[in-house]
Amino acid sequence: MSAIIVLIVCSLTVALGFLVAFIWSVKAGQYDDDYTPSVRMLFDDTATEQSVDNKK
Amino acid sequence: MEQLERFYYDNRIVRNFAIATIAWGLIGMLVGLWIALEIIFPALNLSQYTPFTTFGRLRPLHTNAVIFAFVGNGMFTGIYYSLQRLCKARMFNDTLSAIHFWGWQLIIVSAALTLPFGITTSKEYAELEWPIDIAIALIWVIFGINMIGTILKRRERHLYVAIWFYIATFVTVAMLHIVNSLAIPISLTKSYSIYAGVQDALVQWWYGHNAVAFFLTTPYLGLMYYFLPKAVNRPVYSYRLSIIHFWALIFLYIWAGPHHLLYTALPDWAQSLGVVFSVMLIAPSWGGMINGLLTLRGAWDRVRESPALKFFVVAITAYGMSTFEGPMLSLKNVNAIAHFTDWIVAHVHVGALGWNGFLTFGMLYWLMPRMYNRPLHSVKLANFHFWIGTLGIIFYTLPMYWAGFTQSLMWKDFTAEGILRYPNFLETVTQIMPMYELRSLGGTLYLVGFIVFIYNIWRTMAAGQLTANEAAEALPLAKAYKEDTNEHWHRRIERRPIQLTVFALIAVAIGGIIEFVPTFMIQSNVPTIASVKPYTPLELQGRDIYVREGCYTCHSQMVRPFRSETERYGEYSKAGEFVYDHPFQWGSKRTGPDLHREGGKYPDSWHLNHMYEPSSMSPGSIMPAYPLMVSTVLDTTTTAAKIRAMQTLGVPYPTGYDKIANSDLHKQANQIAKGLTDQSSEAVLADAGVDNVSDKEIIALIAYLQRLGTDIKAKKE
Repeated sequence: MSAIIVLIVCSLTVALGFLVAFIWSVKAGQYDDDYTPSVRMLFDDTATEQSVDNKK
Repeated sequence: MEQLERFYYDNRIVRNFAIATIAWGLIGMLVGLWIALEIIFPALNLSQYTPFTTFGRLRPLHTNAVIFAFVGNGMFTGIYYSLQRLCKARMFNDTLSAIHFWGWQLIIVSAALTLPFGITTSKEYAELEWPIDIAIALIWVIFGINMIGTILKRRERHLYVAIWFYIATFVTVAMLHIVNSLAIPISLTKSYSIYAGVQDALVQWWYGHNAVAFFLTTPYLGLMYYFLPKAVNRPVYSYRLSIIHFWALIFLYIWAGPHHLLYTALPDWAQSLGVVFSVMLIAPSWGGMINGLLTLRGAWDRVRESPALKFFVVAITAYGMSTFEGPMLSLKNVNAIAHFTDWIVAHVHVGALGWNGFLTFGMLYWLMPRMYNRPLHSVKLANFHFWIGTLGIIFYTLPMYWAGFTQSLMWKDFTAEGILRYPNFLETVTQIMPMYELRSLGGTLYLVGFIVFIYNIWRTMAAGQLTANEAAEALPLAKAYKEDTNEHWHRRIERRPIQLTVFALIAVAIGGIIEFVPTFMIQSNVPTIASVKPYTPLELQGRDIYVREGCYTCHSQMVRPFRSETERYGEYSKAGEFVYDHPFQWGSKRTGPDLHREGGKYPDSWHLNHMYEPSSMSPGSIMPAYPLMVSTVLDTTTTAAKIRAMQTLGVPYPTGYDKIANSDLHKQANQIAKGLTDQSSEAVLADAGVDNVSDKEIIALIAYLQRLGTDIKAKKE
């Protein structure tokens, strides 16, 4: 069942990658504020005078 | 104080992906309806006239079109729209966007142009042959570069939770696709999986399960976390929960694949591992569902007015139902009943029609009017779509559940004397035909709703004007640190965590795959059952016909160790019997009976008659007829290359056998042809206008079917 070992190695590699990403995200302060981002995404930052560069 | 920067969101690419989603969705669903009708009216297979439209060839087209064309483009539509806004930046590179878009559409076209021709690897949801697989990998990487590039030039430091879902999708699908698609090419249109038998099954379902996880689930959860709060205009119920459930989901999902192989020849510990992780998965899955539904708390009145929200509510509910059902189906005792039946078909369609379909519709109902600066053409029609679509889901899934329970219980039913109550498999099929009819009605309702949706969106687009480049303003990202020119080079990479992760992953994955997978696989091909021998050249050719025709879409080759199965089919399947099976043909659905012990059950003439016209041997059979196989000459020019490829994969043919393989092939073919002298066979051959049957495809297929599962019988004698 050597394929199992291949799959476990691949899965662990990905899992480890995500673990690194997780640790980074915590250390980088990504999750220090767990409320504002959910509100911020509701605003679109659309430019005040709708300058449309419309090629259609 | 920094200056506000002005930039433009690329809406054109979003619009293009949206149109592709709709167009391919229509085709994928039409093919789905057609093959559903083929089950009721086998004549619709049209196999008297053409080999292109049989169930076995169209079913992969349906699944591929719905998964990779409809959901795939739907995912890209949502990602390209939301990623730009969440990052406050235009997509990284317009050329990459265009290559991604056109590349993906070309891949889909090439799928549609190869699958009906029987060009398939027969690995479910990975049927496309190796040149297309390479194209998929390249285009996927381009998508990844474009996405990560956008993330790196973002103007908002915080990565909203949806972006994490997108990153997970990209990284994991890339790895799954590459590992599962490894194969040795024989020609441009044919290859053999480097894995054999049990190993191939394990890799395939590790892929298959995670394709559901990372192609149909994580990207759509990301879309849910963007479009649902947007459509209801309030923040997600708990942002903290969304983060916890993301990380939990990611770490659990990848280990659950073996639940597709319960009670098969896969080692028990691997099965148990899959079960444990599958059961745990309910927590993060329901975390997502609860978070989605609770976002609507206190705003349910808006659901009444907004078609998009209606679709979202049903989509999230369907997600909740199928992710409850998934862990339940992973329990061995439930799986013993459900596996190989229409229960699974119902399960995946709750996910596909409900979760993916309805989330896509909701997203587009919200998105298209916004990009075209015009309210939706008709809310009434959208509501009609919603209700007929929901009815369609109900009429699709309930009959399929019923069919699954009924058929499984019939398979397992014994009389008081201890013999099978329904020894004829066909009885269990005719019993559920009314359910197949109702299912087609459900599919039709869903499709009608979809056509109304297309009309509604088209009218909206025609009346409005696309804002191809939408202007936006935001502050640039403040530098969090000072550049140090004397710093160590690695410090600079360390500050680029995403790049670091991705590069490391790619490096490790490519290195590992190239260096060690092939040698590993070949070494493990040592047979464990002495009487199991490689296929003869004729059987090998016959096997490739079996693969080409997609027989695995209706027939399993895996007798599970239940008394009901060993009574019906014979000795249960052992891992050691499949060591030369590149690729494995265990299948996942029994619309027809299991074939692993088919060898020697019927005479050759029975198979000839049955393939020519199934109902002549099994009245009421819904199998497509294969009359063309009786008159089509077998292509033996590929034999040598096939033998050589098998040798490379460790199948112990004697050295130099590729040169004499065809003479063995003809010898065996003549022997089988000589035996077909009974009255019914001669009638078939006369009807087909065939004088010499020995060089026809049907002989190779008969040789393969008669070989199936006989190796260990020989040992017993």
